[in-house]
Amino acid sequence: MNSVVPNNKSVARSQASFDLKTWGPFIALMALALLGVLINPAFLGLDNLSNMLTRSAFIGIIAIGATFVITAGGLDLSVGSMAAFIAGVMIILMNSLVEQFGPGLTTILLGIGASLLLGLCAGFINGMVTTKGKIEAFIVTLGTMGIYRSLVTYLADGGTLSLDWGVRDIYRPVYYGSLVGIPIPVLVFLLVAVVGYILLNHTRFGRYCFAIGSNEKVAEYSAIHVDRIKTMTYMLQGVCVALATIIYVPRLGSASGATGVLWELEAIAAVIIGGTVLKGGHGRIWGTVVGAIMLTMIGNILNLTDAISNYLNGTVQGIIIIVAVYLQRASWRKSAP
Amino acid sequence: MSTQDQPLLSARRICRSFGPNQVLFDIDLDLVPGEVHALLGENGAGKSTLVKILSGYLSATSGDIHLDGEARHYRGSGEAEADGVVMIHQELALAEQLSAEENIFLGRELRRGLFLDRKAMRERCREALAELETRVDPRARVKDLSTSDQQMVEIAKAITRDVRVLIMDEPTATLTEHEVEVLFALIARLRERGVAILYISHKLREIERIADRVTVLRDGRLIDSGPMAGRSKEALARLMVGREITDMYPERSALASDAEVVLEARNMVVPGAVKQASFTLRRGEVLGFGGVVGAGRTALIEALLGLRPRSAGEVLRNGQPVALRHLRDAVRQRIAYLTEDRKGKGLVLNMGLRPNLTLLNLRAYCRPLIDRRREEQAFHEAIERFDIRLRTEARTAAELSGGNQQKLLLAKVMTIDPEIVIINEPTRGIDVGTKHQIYHFVRELTEAGCSVILISSEMSELIGLSHRVAVMCAGVLTGVLEGEQINEHEIMQYASGIKGVGVDEQRRA
Repeated sequence: MNSVVPNNKSVARSQASFDLKTWGPFIALMALALLGVLINPAFLGLDNLSNMLTRSAFIGIIAIGATFVITAGGLDLSVGSMAAFIAGVMIILMNSLVEQFGPGLTTILLGIGASLLLGLCAGFINGMVTTKGKIEAFIVTLGTMGIYRSLVTYLADGGTLSLDWGVRDIYRPVYYGSLVGIPIPVLVFLLVAVVGYILLNHTRFGRYCFAIGSNEKVAEYSAIHVDRIKTMTYMLQGVCVALATIIYVPRLGSASGATGVLWELEAIAAVIIGGTVLKGGHGRIWGTVVGAIMLTMIGNILNLTDAISNYLNGTVQGIIIIVAVYLQRASWRKSAP
Repeated sequence: MSTQDQPLLSARRICRSFGPNQVLFDIDLDLVPGEVHALLGENGAGKSTLVKILSGYLSATSGDIHLDGEARHYRGSGEAEADGVVMIHQELALAEQLSAEENIFLGRELRRGLFLDRKAMRERCREALAELETRVDPRARVKDLSTSDQQMVEIAKAITRDVRVLIMDEPTATLTEHEVEVLFALIARLRERGVAILYISHKLREIERIADRVTVLRDGRLIDSGPMAGRSKEALARLMVGREITDMYPERSALASDAEVVLEARNMVVPGAVKQASFTLRRGEVLGFGGVVGAGRTALIEALLGLRPRSAGEVLRNGQPVALRHLRDAVRQRIAYLTEDRKGKGLVLNMGLRPNLTLLNLRAYCRPLIDRRREEQAFHEAIERFDIRLRTEARTAAELSGGNQQKLLLAKVMTIDPEIVIINEPTRGIDVGTKHQIYHFVRELTEAGCSVILISSEMSELIGLSHRVAVMCAGVLTGVLEGEQINEHEIMQYASGIKGVGVDEQRRA
């Protein structure tokens, strides 16, 4: 606890490291981008950049939801399976609606609506079970993670659920299209980030998340409805997962038991790289955005070079996560007495 | 009785300081085999510090401890226990996830070769628990036991050792009536076996029953020591507190005789903490709550506010029944609560000062986004009004001194503009100057027509500020004192259950 709080005597010294903490993720992102350019000038090409940002949008949107959950002292491991499950249900629903409404906008809007509703409900369940059942978030979401994963496998009967071709043609632009030259997934990512930023830093809800994550007892004694706020963070997470799924479905037009595997860990990694404290009490939306982009960028750079095998993507990501957190902690340690 | 015997454990001129604060001054204490020695004193008199020194948990700043006439310098409780000096803690010190049996032999497991001798341990454990007449299963996890059963395990842990000196720090605080009887029988057997027993309690009735000899501490000094025979409970109570009140406290504001009742609690029951308590609070009144730590004062108030569950009871605000299920409901009724645990429950230590100030009533600073300018303005007003002294660049609440934290917490609860302010231990661990300011603030509140409930373990605070004092003992509200009755002697008698309504009836029930 002491090390988190800068000591009074070292204010002057910790001022510098405090800035480093805020800007650290951005500096790391710049360094990584520079490395990319040095390895292959094509890295900075507009196509490559927009491609990379588009692919980081899934994890990014989910990670913004995770920032709220983690800031309020929780954890959600179920997001990857939840995405797969929502994708599966969405495809089945839209396929069956084709008969009634045809492969039109109505079908897709109903699919999107169902997806959002499903995300909200799934988050609500995670939240209620953790708060009312007084079970650790890790355990609850580990459970729901298994449930959603097996449900989607069951729905797909062990195979793959494919979206009706007619619907697919109309739905396609949501992933592949762009507005004023910016891919739609990137726009959604940006929008979610801006809304998330305002919510976390400028509203009561966000302030309560910080307080609950720092010290749940203090929050309770400050007349905050702790259980309600925590459940809301999981619901927000569910909506973020639904949004990511809505963008993901038109990409491949299918869902299976292998959809969204390990997304939960990538999302948590993005949050942590961004400087949010895993045990809660401190969260940063822009850091999370940078973290999500960095994770995709690593894979992208490895694609552009032959120096390191593409199969080592996970290794490099792992090292970067550990180094990022080490650097954050190190700057705290310095300011301890 | 063997009072002529040589003392087994003797302490001479024990002094102890924490930083610049000296808490013990030249204490002498002799423990004789086969004798129960009671140690008495108010909260903060230095009893716990003294027994921690005797049992090796703390070292003395100066002074000597002799066991069997030989000088001893314990560097840890393990060394004292090896000598047969064993302490039973007031706060339970058990490993929650281990079984009762594993706890009893923790750190001194019986072994056969490389492996644990579970059979032998179970056997010894059963014997000890049987002697205590409890039904605790040696294999039960400590976490699943009730507090009183946990206390029994703690006692079993002590008596399975080869104990020569047994120190008990308020062992009966959490025990039921029957368990207390069993414990007293056990104490009698240990006494016959020649064990020297040091027994700390606030409850003078218990002392009267079991003690052979008594020592009274007050403010870290030895006030009286001698045989229990010839000393009355009343005399001891007087010795424990007997000091004059200084003019630390502002004059009480006059209370209109027809001041209406603004808050009333009826028949409040909190499982395991409070039995059937009722009280009223009138406009402009300071109602003190006295009693020892653990008497149920905080439990009663927090149950009233919706912070913990109660199994029965009714709350009336201005004569109307209200349902306070969450602290937010109490805030809506303009009741503010200042917790006694300012670091654990009052302030978010790693947050800035402004967010801490506005956390309770954040709504008032939103339109609809949080208005930082308004927060800043409120913060400056609070600094002014409550005289919060900022060290340069204090960014988080943790960087403030205890007194300033307390003032920030006070400012925080005042953001709701309350009509009733409930203050729990407002001056714990803060300096005299800040105390003085807080006392005057209480007076200002009542002048302005607010009502105050003051929970305090500092007797002088209760006497100096309260119009009436409600006293609790072991979960029972034993009485509400008024006027001339409000003095240390009287409060102590109600707090230790010598006087007061319902104590015996409740115990028998």
